[in-house]
Amino acid sequence: MTAPAESIVFEGLRKSYGGREVLAGVSAAIRAGEIFAIVGPSGAGKTTILRLLDLLEGVGGGRIAYDGREVHFGDPEALAQRRRMAMIMQNPVMFSATSFDNVAYGLWLRGLDEAEIRGRVFAALDFVGLLEAAGQRSDRLSGGEQQRLAFARAAVLRPKVLFLDEFTANLDPANVRALEEATLRHRAETGCTTVIVTHNLLQAKRLADRVAFLLDGRFVEVSPTHTFFEDPARPETRAFLSGELAF
Amino acid sequence: MASAEILQIVLLSLLVSGTATLIGAGIGIPAGALVALKDFRGRRFVRTVAFTFYGFPPVLAGLLVFLLLSNAGPLGFLGWLFTPIGMIVAQVVIVTPIVMGVTISAVMVVERRTRETALTLGADESQWRATALHEARVGVLAAVMLGFGRAISEVGAVLIVGGNIAGYTRVLTTAIVLETSRANYAEAMIFGGILFVIAFAVFTVLHRLQARGIL
Repeated sequence: MTAPAESIVFEGLRKSYGGREVLAGVSAAIRAGEIFAIVGPSGAGKTTILRLLDLLEGVGGGRIAYDGREVHFGDPEALAQRRRMAMIMQNPVMFSATSFDNVAYGLWLRGLDEAEIRGRVFAALDFVGLLEAAGQRSDRLSGGEQQRLAFARAAVLRPKVLFLDEFTANLDPANVRALEEATLRHRAETGCTTVIVTHNLLQAKRLADRVAFLLDGRFVEVSPTHTFFEDPARPETRAFLSGELAF
Repeated sequence: MASAEILQIVLLSLLVSGTATLIGAGIGIPAGALVALKDFRGRRFVRTVAFTFYGFPPVLAGLLVFLLLSNAGPLGFLGWLFTPIGMIVAQVVIVTPIVMGVTISAVMVVERRTRETALTLGADESQWRATALHEARVGVLAAVMLGFGRAISEVGAVLIVGGNIAGYTRVLTTAIVLETSRANYAEAMIFGGILFVIAFAVFTVLHRLQARGIL
């Protein structure tokens, strides 16, 4: 499971829904291979950033570049860029099929031959500890197992960029730990750039190289993880970490 | 009543309703998928029309097809009135909106659910549409079953267009009407029982396929 990672640079990202401005000019440069966490209160626009970066919708303003190549939602090259990335959502949708078929889906879309698909799917299922469930219908798996399956479904694509959107919310501690370990192992083995959106500050502390604090549609602070938690530069960050920030 | 005559009525019922369902599915499934998955001008209007025709009264469908196929009608030259082909045409008019309407609902439900997942895994526009159709397969099959159920159990259209001619256009439902009007309740009940068994068998097969995870 090796794939060179891609850097992401986004500048002045803006996005509004129904006249309400969710992102008001967000900028950051995410280095190739780093784990970058975005934290912030509910409704701050964290998930919106991931959706824009994954080219699921167009920006209202600003630009996004992967390894220096600017890509726009809806452009012909957007599909190729989307195929270099993968996303795991908070509530994964499983197709009505076996675990094997769910993990194989993205490889079938890319037209790989069956022998390679089998090898990669079994390796990915083994990676998340679901090899035994290969032939089981995915809708009969538990919530935690489904989320691990979603991880395998993304990892099997050997993405250069992986987006994780609250991917352990509502899971039991054992599955949270399994998924966090999978994230770290995945990065160690592939060097994949990983962007995490999380409410869980401890998770950001455990996983991320750098943490960004999003408030009112803007990054208030982007710092290395240790600095962010131990010596934040901004009073808003300190207030957020101490739970004193009122929303 | 001779068992050969009963068998002939059962087989004609299956042939007429089965053929009408196949044709109705051939039109209704692609049309329903198109309305559910393709954004085009007037899409909402087409959807409303499809749902309106969902409850189209069979007897009215029969009357319209009768007028079309009668000697004075625009398609009278075909000579299909009071023939099994005419009955199939009438049932296609009844079945198609049902298959189309249920297909629209089934595909739209999974379309919302699966679109983003398919896109994040690298699907292009045509691939996610194919995925949505595949995910809606149980609903689409249910649409076909519902269409068949409506076709084989309706009486108004086949009576008007077919004429209930013994040995030629008599089907289970028109036979029940006839035998009841003659006060032959036992024979009417036999036909009713056969009709029930056919409907039961069709839905049992569907349920088994779902339970085994084939669908």
